[in-house]
Amino acid sequence: MTLRAELTVTRRSGFRLELDLPIAPGQVVALLGPNGAGKTTALRTLAGLLPVTEGSISLDDQVWDRPPSVFVAPEDRPVGVVFQDYLLFNHLSAVENVAFGLRARGTPRHEARERARTWLDTVGLREHHDTRPRRLSGGQAQRVALARALATDPGLLLLDEPLAALDASTRMSVRAELGRHLAAYPGHTLLVTHDPLDAMVLADTLVIIEGGRIVQQGPPALVARQPRTDYVAHLVGLNLYRGSAEGTVVTLDSGTLTVAEPVTGPVHVAFPPAAVSLHPEPPHGSPRNSWPVTVAGIEQHAHTVRVRLDGAPPVLADVTPATVADLHLAPGLRLCATVKATEITTYPS
Amino acid sequence: MTGRARAARRGRLPVVLAVPALIGLAFLIVPLAGLLVRAPWTSLGEQLFSEAVGQALLLSVVCASLATLVCLVLGVPLAWLLARANLPGRGVLRALVTVPLVLPPVVGGVALLLVLGRRGIIGEHLDAWFGISLPFTTAGVVIAEAFVAMPFLVISVEGALRGADPRFEEAAATLGASRWYTFRRVTLPSIAPGLVAGTVLCWARALGEFGATITFAGNFPGKTTTMPLAVYLALETDPGAAIVLSIVLLLLSVVVLVSLRDRWISTPS
Repeated sequence: MTLRAELTVTRRSGFRLELDLPIAPGQVVALLGPNGAGKTTALRTLAGLLPVTEGSISLDDQVWDRPPSVFVAPEDRPVGVVFQDYLLFNHLSAVENVAFGLRARGTPRHEARERARTWLDTVGLREHHDTRPRRLSGGQAQRVALARALATDPGLLLLDEPLAALDASTRMSVRAELGRHLAAYPGHTLLVTHDPLDAMVLADTLVIIEGGRIVQQGPPALVARQPRTDYVAHLVGLNLYRGSAEGTVVTLDSGTLTVAEPVTGPVHVAFPPAAVSLHPEPPHGSPRNSWPVTVAGIEQHAHTVRVRLDGAPPVLADVTPATVADLHLAPGLRLCATVKATEITTYPS
Repeated sequence: MTGRARAARRGRLPVVLAVPALIGLAFLIVPLAGLLVRAPWTSLGEQLFSEAVGQALLLSVVCASLATLVCLVLGVPLAWLLARANLPGRGVLRALVTVPLVLPPVVGGVALLLVLGRRGIIGEHLDAWFGISLPFTTAGVVIAEAFVAMPFLVISVEGALRGADPRFEEAAATLGASRWYTFRRVTLPSIAPGLVAGTVLCWARALGEFGATITFAGNFPGKTTTMPLAVYLALETDPGAAIVLSIVLLLLSVVVLVSLRDRWISTPS
């Protein structure tokens, strides 16, 4: 019960994508990479919109694409795709958009519309059944697109930058909601994104590609702690924790953090390693987030040094080579880490 | 300086352009105005509802509509082929499709006679096997009109198709829609404005068709004498009737133009 994609795609431009991508049922894999890395190409081969040059794609024991003999057309693959700009059909209402896939696959009109209505209710659009896509907000359109993709019960759900078209404020709530729907979805999910935050919050596994090749893969926390290339270090260089908020205090699995904006309930908190300062002694004065840490590892990147620190919570810090020298940084050294509350981003999970 | 004088200064047209522009405008409008001036207004109603006019008008509308139907059934798939299919030599095909657009209609009529005439390459067999003879029949009128008018529809629909985002068709495919289902439910609605504009243009062209019709279908009142043919005939015998028939055609053209402008051309949806 696994999606297997071992594929090579060669484009006329000379671009070559090589990918080995197993996805287990219920698993959310994020394909992360810079523009032109081949993320969208990979998604299009899985959807059947682009044939692979070599290799194969299969779900369970069904082969979808294996040159030269097998190619299952997109309309015959059990996939659902949420496109970057959603591509909702503007001449159809929200219900008709969601019912489209069911109707196309032969479900009678009445039943298709009933199921479409149920899906729209599930994604919280009870009020917008008969609204045309043009009249929906960005967040609502995204939810219609998700409902449309899920309505046909696909075995594979493909999300192409599903949050990229949203503004920052809607993005947080839509991201949290998308996370809930993905958790409830039993099939295989591939999320294509260039936003590390989306990837780390939504996915169980990160696959990072650069120039058509996988440079690193693994669980988000592991990839963030041990980036293998500068790009990955920069990309996933994010201290990300799950916790429970009460006013401006967030209680994490280990330790607590103080944030600037009061919130309540389960949250994610994140801050970049560059926001962490290291001091030999606990500093006097303002920083409210200050805790003892021990240096666990030091990695040199292009212009900065990433320091892995154990403590409550464990944390990553980016410092300059000069700081390394000043503090005589070495594994085992005891320091004090501080983070300004204003540097921490909080969003509901 | 007053505001009006300032506006006049800013808006002043160079004489070199203004004079030919006005002459051009007059050139287009004066003949039509002349038509209205010389109309036999007193006997207009009587002429308008005479049997000859009614017969020609009915035949024209029926034939133009049938020709448009033929163009839709054949032309829309052809436009789709030109816009979407991965054909070798697509540029050549597109050029061939547009030939009837610039071809003198009489030449089109002669070509149709050579192919579909009783001794024509195909017409010969039609006659021998099925006893069907197309020239000088009402069906011949429809064929001649369709031949001349179809490029208008094809060009218009193909342009709309090429302007439509093919990613919507991809989205439909990922939802399980076959290409035919996608064409009906996604592609056609998205090109509706272009399709309607093309259909109206095609109908108007078929309605006004003269050269190919008279060559291929001849001039038999009640059978192949459409409005333009009736106008030409009447000019010899009864100029008053020719003017009335012309005014009817002019009115139809204006109606077509207005419906196009208001609904599809000036405000693309």
